[in-house]
Amino acid sequence: MIADVRTIVFAFAALFFSTFSFAGDIAPADRKSGYDFMTPETKAMQDDDIVNPATLWVLQGETIWNAKAGAANRSCADCHGDAAASMKGVAARYPAYDAARGEPVNLEQRINLCRAEKQQMSRFADESRELLAISAFVARQSRGMPIETGADARLTPFIAKGREIFTRRQGQLNLACAHCHDDNWGKHLAGATIPQGHPNGYPIYRLEWQGLGSLQRRLRGCLVGIRAEPYANGSLDAVALETFLMSRARGMPMESPAVRP
Amino acid sequence: MANAIIKVPKTARRGEVIEIKTLVSHIMETGFRYSTTGTHIPRDIITQLVCRYNGTEIFRADLYPAIAANPFITFFTTATESGTIEFQWTGDNGFSERASAKIDVE
Repeated sequence: MIADVRTIVFAFAALFFSTFSFAGDIAPADRKSGYDFMTPETKAMQDDDIVNPATLWVLQGETIWNAKAGAANRSCADCHGDAAASMKGVAARYPAYDAARGEPVNLEQRINLCRAEKQQMSRFADESRELLAISAFVARQSRGMPIETGADARLTPFIAKGREIFTRRQGQLNLACAHCHDDNWGKHLAGATIPQGHPNGYPIYRLEWQGLGSLQRRLRGCLVGIRAEPYANGSLDAVALETFLMSRARGMPMESPAVRP
Repeated sequence: MANAIIKVPKTARRGEVIEIKTLVSHIMETGFRYSTTGTHIPRDIITQLVCRYNGTEIFRADLYPAIAANPFITFFTTATESGTIEFQWTGDNGFSERASAKIDVE
């Protein structure tokens, strides 16, 4: 039933959007965090660490940070020391260019690369509780700091690729990301307010998920919503889109781990 | 790993009304859902939170399937004496979680 209503809503939205072209980028002064569209109750949930359920993942992440693991019998802390100092601002720079791979890697990929190469153990599964926990713990150290992704010139072609994906019509509803998040933010799709789509709080505790999730998972949700084939987790397309979105939000303060409806 | 987080004031005046906040990690699976292959997902919820102040029960809550994952429960009590405030969550499949905090009452 709900799916039927959604289909109708999306179908009307598709008709509506198909009648005009893009209004263009959001001016820096008009940028708003998803936080600004939330109810006072949901804001209160994010603002207080003990009310924000993502804190449970952050604390688990701290345990993982300090636990010796792998054939190398090394913990994250053995190399990186105190995360409050060494990880401050790191999540605000991701996805970052990885010279060895010649392409950007997101925070989860970087953690798994470190785990495989430095700790010599198997990678965490995508979207696993452990990977989300350590990502949340690392991202938490950047809370309040401005997003810097895009400062590195080597990311330029990947940001361009991400922008191309963001503005390309796709899926059965023939919508681009920009149709909602550049042109119609602040309006509603059924009961939900359309945010501008700034990824300034990932990993997020999403009420709809009843748990923590990554930006990759969120992007898949949006792509399924427009009836498009979602990009595989961590594929270059998905990471390029992530890189573009972060550079689009450059200068906005990090809220990780944020709460979203 | 902390599966439960509690917030109790470290100090309070005698007779002061204090706010207590609790957050516990739990999936709160309702028992009403089916997996994508059609198999029933059995209920797995926390059924009760009990709070004791120096051994005396001061708060009890029964939880049901409609309560969201990672239940956050907050309540007020009166600070009567210095001591320990203990929390115990119990639930399906033998779930049990404990936490405690000390409070100094002047």
